[in-house]
Amino acid sequence: MLLNQFLILGAVLFSIGVYGVIARRNAVLVLMSIELILNSVNINLLAFSLRSGTPDGHTFALYVIAVAAAEVGVGLAMVLLMYRNRRSIALDELAEMKG
Amino acid sequence: MFAASSEAASAVLTSGFFLENAWVIPVIPAVAFALIIFFGRKMPMKGSEFGILSMVASLVFSGGAIMQWIDRVNGAGEDQYVAPIVKTWTWWQSGGMEFGLGQHVDGLTLAVLGVVAFISTLVQIYSVEYLRGDRRYTHFFASLTLFSAGMMNMVVAENMIQLILGWEIMGLCSFMLIGHWWEEGANSRAALKAFFTTRTGDVGLLAGTSILFFAANDWTQKTLGVSGFSIRGLSAWALSGEPSHSAIVWGAAALFIAAIGKSGQFPLHTWLPDAMAGPTPVSSLLHSSTMVVAGVFLVARLYPVFFEGMDILGGSSNFIVIIGGITIVIAAALAFVQTDIKKVLAYSTVSQLGYMMMGLGAGAWLPAVFHIFTHAFFKACLFLGAGSISHSASHHSFEMKKDMGGLRKFMPVTFGTWIISTLALCGVFPFSGFFSKDEIIDNVGHNGYTLFMYVGLGGAFLTAAYMTRATYLTFFGEPRGAAAGEHHDDGHGDDHAGAHDDHSHGDHAHADHHGADAPHDSHHGDSHGPHESPALITMPLIILAALAIGSGLLNAVPFGHSFENFTKWVEPRVEVISPTGLATVVGGPGASRTAAEEEGDGHSTEEGHHDSPCGKETPKDGICVAPQLSHAKFKWSKAALSMIIVLLGMVISWVLCVQLYDRKNKALVGLTERNALLGRGYRFLVNKYYLDALYENVIVRGIAHPVSAAAYWVNQNVLDGAVNGAGNITRKLSGWVYRNVDQRVVDGTVNASGEAARGLGGFLRPVQSGKVNQYGALLFGTAAIGALVLVIINT
Repeated sequence: MLLNQFLILGAVLFSIGVYGVIARRNAVLVLMSIELILNSVNINLLAFSLRSGTPDGHTFALYVIAVAAAEVGVGLAMVLLMYRNRRSIALDELAEMKG
Repeated sequence: MFAASSEAASAVLTSGFFLENAWVIPVIPAVAFALIIFFGRKMPMKGSEFGILSMVASLVFSGGAIMQWIDRVNGAGEDQYVAPIVKTWTWWQSGGMEFGLGQHVDGLTLAVLGVVAFISTLVQIYSVEYLRGDRRYTHFFASLTLFSAGMMNMVVAENMIQLILGWEIMGLCSFMLIGHWWEEGANSRAALKAFFTTRTGDVGLLAGTSILFFAANDWTQKTLGVSGFSIRGLSAWALSGEPSHSAIVWGAAALFIAAIGKSGQFPLHTWLPDAMAGPTPVSSLLHSSTMVVAGVFLVARLYPVFFEGMDILGGSSNFIVIIGGITIVIAAALAFVQTDIKKVLAYSTVSQLGYMMMGLGAGAWLPAVFHIFTHAFFKACLFLGAGSISHSASHHSFEMKKDMGGLRKFMPVTFGTWIISTLALCGVFPFSGFFSKDEIIDNVGHNGYTLFMYVGLGGAFLTAAYMTRATYLTFFGEPRGAAAGEHHDDGHGDDHAGAHDDHSHGDHAHADHHGADAPHDSHHGDSHGPHESPALITMPLIILAALAIGSGLLNAVPFGHSFENFTKWVEPRVEVISPTGLATVVGGPGASRTAAEEEGDGHSTEEGHHDSPCGKETPKDGICVAPQLSHAKFKWSKAALSMIIVLLGMVISWVLCVQLYDRKNKALVGLTERNALLGRGYRFLVNKYYLDALYENVIVRGIAHPVSAAAYWVNQNVLDGAVNGAGNITRKLSGWVYRNVDQRVVDGTVNASGEAARGLGGFLRPVQSGKVNQYGALLFGTAAIGALVLVIINT
């Protein structure tokens, strides 16, 4: 079983995703990074599911995919609105939420 | 004549490359679809090259497969069963069920596949010119290619699931193509109507497939080792004498409802004429070889199920034959009151599909399949001819009465091909329609459906008459409107919703169709009057017209047995075979004969046909996959009768047309206004038997409106009453709570906690920087700490 390879791939993807979320200014790239993170989770789920031989992980991964699709829909809608209002999607210019 | 030495034949048999890889045929256009979508806009021809190349490749593959199949069939004995070439791969598994993809290639598959690939190729070539400069040119080719892929997938389908896949792809693509010019409301309404009407039928497809699967799965798994979705499994099961009566009756009826929706049979035919809203090449493809043939193909493909379920040779009428017969007559009658040339052809298609269904319902399997084959060529030719007229002569109008007339002088090629196809459609000897349609009528009578034989003959009369009317209005008489070179500025669509200016997309100024700013009109150049279309349009017309003459000779029954090639190649040879013979992936011909069959088989030939128990009784020591059907013996007297009827229809119609449209005979003009009975009949036809009104006003409104009214009443009275009552009680209660609990207990707590929160907030305030990335970093940091803690605790 190639569990190790799966997990390493998942970890690498996860790290890339985290890096993207933290370091990127572009909102779309941040959304894409979030997708990466979610998919690295999926890989882990599938890897463990294959190892344990039960379909639970597969099912759960499907749910994750569905939720991710919804999430990206909402996210992109927000980015679009942001762009319409400010003509920019750079996240560091968005500091209205400052407490 | 097929004496290519047996060694050569067996070499081809063993190789059979194209046959074994027939599954590639739908895959090629599917890949081309993806290429067009992703790279089409960047290509020099805007993606149409992918479409055309994929169609040509599919055509080559189908051609190769057809050649190899013919070799294989000719190499087998006269009555020997030739196993279909079946392959299957697992697509997905769920709950212990396996769903496969694969191929099931036999004569029927290849006949339809060849037609689809051929017509699609021609239509794509034609579209290059017809849609030149269209704003969604690339998407048009993408949909067209996927559409053909869907049909091909359905045709090669190994099981019902794959068939449904192709079926639904076609439904979706027809929606996209009919609504191609969606800026105009009528077009998108037509697209929606087509989609929803066929979806109504599709419920039957899903229900029928499920019924048959649950009824057949055990038997097919045990006997053949295939699932209950598999087409060969279902065929064998239906004829095994095993199925319970109710299961097969309901399964067949449900599947037939799907065929009614897709193939435009009464009473779900209403979407088909409206589907004319799409570009003409789409109408041509939709109405000749793909979409509408799907329903007929479904019945032909699973014929044993319908044969047993509908008791086809057992009585003098059944569901299929009745629906087919009704469709022939009502659609032909509607064709008389149309002024739009494409609508005449649309109703003619509906009527011809009625012939196919009637043939299938009456046990005339082969003539019906042959009619699919010949009809595809001449109907495609007629539609493309109508497109050619609108493209080059009538300023994108399809109104015969307003904008056509006298075109034979200006468009000799279009006129010639139109006349040939019309004669083929009417079934005039020796054009191809004669050999298929007359065979249907003949065999329907032969199998004991005498009433429906007369319906068929009546339909032939009507066909001849309305086609003569359309031809007269289009090509004879004096040029009118646009055909006379007039510029008309009112556009179309003033009188009924379906009248669509074929090119009136969005920004197109109606005031002058030939303004210099209209890009697709540039090829008109100096000529404003009607003229012949360019070669990219006339070439497909000529090829199709040649086939409209020639394709009938493939099964020219009147000329004797040696001309019945289509029968030989397509009709499954009926014999009892051993179950293993069917399950093998590539069975050589005759590999599957049972011992019992070898010994006790006295060739009791009836009209040269092998007599097999299939379909009549339960097969012993094996299975059947096709019922035994007999063919009517051709008689010139019967053919002469139908010829006379057709000629009569043409002559009467011609005389009436000349009197009505040319001479303006006082006795005829305005007859429908003066005679109340005729007027009522005319309005009944113009309103399409009020079926549209029934569906939209009675069924949609009648069900949807009361439901919503009732829901509103419940909402207002029951729910609101409950809510209001609860509200009052709550208000009184809350007054007490407010004074005692809220002011004293809660407020004290809240104030205290508020103070605490404020203090904490002041402490945490720097964290809320408003920077999203920073929030992310905090989130992941916390998660990482949490994970660490978990690890530490667990170890």
